Amino acid sequence: MSEGPRFTLDGREIPLVPGQTVIEAADAAGIYIPRLCHKPGLEPFGSCRVCTVKANGRSVAACTYPASPGMIVESDTEEVNAHRKLLLEMLFVEGNHFCMSCEKSGNCELQALGYRFAISAPQLEFQFPVRDVDASHPDILIDHNRCILCARCVRASRDLDKKEVFGFVGRGPHKRIAVSSGTRLRDTDADVTDQAIDACPVGALLRKRVGFAVPVGRRLYDKVPIGGVPPAPEVPVSEEKRA
Amino acid sequence: MQASGGKTITIEPVTRVEGHGKVTILMDESGHVARARFHVVEFRGFERFIQGRPYWEMPVAVQRLCGICPVSHHLCAAKAVDRIVGGENLTPTAEKMRRLMHYGQTYQSHALHFFHLASPDLLFGFGSDVASRHVLGVAAMHPELARQGILMRKYGQEIIKATAGKKVHGTGAIPGGINKNLSLAERDELLADLDQNRAWSLAAVKIARDYTLAHIDTLAGFGSFPSNHVCLVRQDGAMDLYDGGLRAVDAEGQVIFDHVAPETYLDHIAEDVRPWSYMKFPFLKALGPENGWYRVGPLSRVSACDFIDTPLAEAERKVFKEVSGGKPSPVTMAYHWARMIELLHSVEKIDELLHDPDLQGEDLVVKGTRRSEGIAIVEAPRGTLFHHYRVNDDDQVVMANLIVSTTSNNEPMNRAVESVARQYLDGQTITEGLLNHIEVAIRAYDPCLSCATHALGQMPLAVELVDASGAVIDRRTRG
Repeated sequence: MSEGPRFTLDGREIPLVPGQTVIEAADAAGIYIPRLCHKPGLEPFGSCRVCTVKANGRSVAACTYPASPGMIVESDTEEVNAHRKLLLEMLFVEGNHFCMSCEKSGNCELQALGYRFAISAPQLEFQFPVRDVDASHPDILIDHNRCILCARCVRASRDLDKKEVFGFVGRGPHKRIAVSSGTRLRDTDADVTDQAIDACPVGALLRKRVGFAVPVGRRLYDKVPIGGVPPAPEVPVSEEKRA
Repeated sequence: MQASGGKTITIEPVTRVEGHGKVTILMDESGHVARARFHVVEFRGFERFIQGRPYWEMPVAVQRLCGICPVSHHLCAAKAVDRIVGGENLTPTAEKMRRLMHYGQTYQSHALHFFHLASPDLLFGFGSDVASRHVLGVAAMHPELARQGILMRKYGQEIIKATAGKKVHGTGAIPGGINKNLSLAERDELLADLDQNRAWSLAAVKIARDYTLAHIDTLAGFGSFPSNHVCLVRQDGAMDLYDGGLRAVDAEGQVIFDHVAPETYLDHIAEDVRPWSYMKFPFLKALGPENGWYRVGPLSRVSACDFIDTPLAEAERKVFKEVSGGKPSPVTMAYHWARMIELLHSVEKIDELLHDPDLQGEDLVVKGTRRSEGIAIVEAPRGTLFHHYRVNDDDQVVMANLIVSTTSNNEPMNRAVESVARQYLDGQTITEGLLNHIEVAIRAYDPCLSCATHALGQMPLAVELVDASGAVIDRRTRG
């Protein structure tokens, strides 16, 4: 075992590089912490809280919390996973996530986490919000029904595409993604090659006219659950039951 | 409830069909059957809520209308969307994969209906004890037959999985083509069970034929009547379940129109709306709403095509046509025999396709000049299915019209129920016998009530007896 600073994650001692967040150190050690708004290469945002862990007994977002030598982190515990499952259910019910006709099905991180956490049907009441679709751009579609406000597109457009096409408007339950033109995506400089589109973890931002070209069985999470094989009790839903 | 004057009988729910149904029998002042109505009491509104969605979602979204023959909706929507992307001239691999998917679903749907839903009536008799007149009763008395039915359905579903990715609600057909070919491993797995399924299909046709011929005198008077028929046929007049032109024939077999291009269906077919049903009543414009109603499905297809292009099914078709004197069969219960002829045809086409190397081709998708409208027709297991979409410049659906086979069979089912009610209603109560016979007549059409109203839920039947003043005097339900 190499020398250097370490911390404990679920009973395992793992190395850290000064400046790393908990999730970065865990990823480097090959340990998966569930996440949605976090994407390597984008500035940590800490909004979805799915990566919540207990660091020295305190709940923190692993994507923004710095790893420090000697700290004790709990991630894959019944208590923490219960919180994550509730957060995921809240995301499912506050949008209109109809996986059956969504091009992202099988490649969707929210859906994949739903399977990982065995959410067969949310226990919370569906909100069925009235949201619109911006199909104005010739090559890109925004479906607000599926947006989980993770801000990945905001960060990718700003930091990788250097465009700032996307941003937030409104507060609380009225918060939503908006485009820089203020009205329609077609009036922005968004382009079909933008990395912002690939950054979307769900089916909210899609390239147009790409519908189901990848067959069932060859999609990202068709064979291996998100984050690899989770502990046995948490995968009762088989691939056959995918929507 | 008792009332003076005429009365109404309601059978609710109708069992062993797909969806929710209700029958109302309206009595006149003298206590005779005045009219009978078969209502579908579900409402969904798919045509409305897909508005605003991008067109490439249609093949996977609209198939959610149904869990029994979603492949029909999947393929019909895909064919309509092909036209929107200018990709209607599919590659051989794409067209043959879609056809294999379609024959697989026809095979599983027909097997499901015959063995699971209809066979209890045919094996045990219409009036037999309802407590054992179901698929479990068949399993107890005829275990080999029940097993065959289950395995035949499974075979069709395996074909769907190999072509669409999943047994139910797959994604195989995409705008302008298909998203996978058939691997050699998949082909060999399906070939391994082919001979057994062909043998079972031949046996199933024999059961249906023998039953029909043994009871032809009774069945000719049971909910039967002459009618117009509509179906797709190939350019040479052959039965074609996936593609072709529209043909309509009258009760004598005389052609009303032939080889009508799907895009012009509105020039030939219109839909009547009646206040008491969520289902519309399609009719042939040339004959008007009174006389233009028609039947669709196996009875119509076997009756109206010139021939079937597979030898075993064609031999059966010839016997079928001989029994009806060369004319379209007026016998409602002959739907079962015709359905089994199509089951046999499907397995023969599956055989043909599995031996075709085009299924291993790599050229899967074509595109051409974009259009703002797409119209397509397929022959679903239950009959002719129309999908019609218009899209805006932003690729969103702005109009959808779906005419499903059960909707086309709406008027015929009403007539069948009325005929049976006249024959079997005795007095002012709904007897078990009446309930049974009405259900048997409806079931012959293999109606899918979920599709017909684009509706949701399980499928019980209710029957109500209503007097001339509109009061319900008896009611019976089953489900």
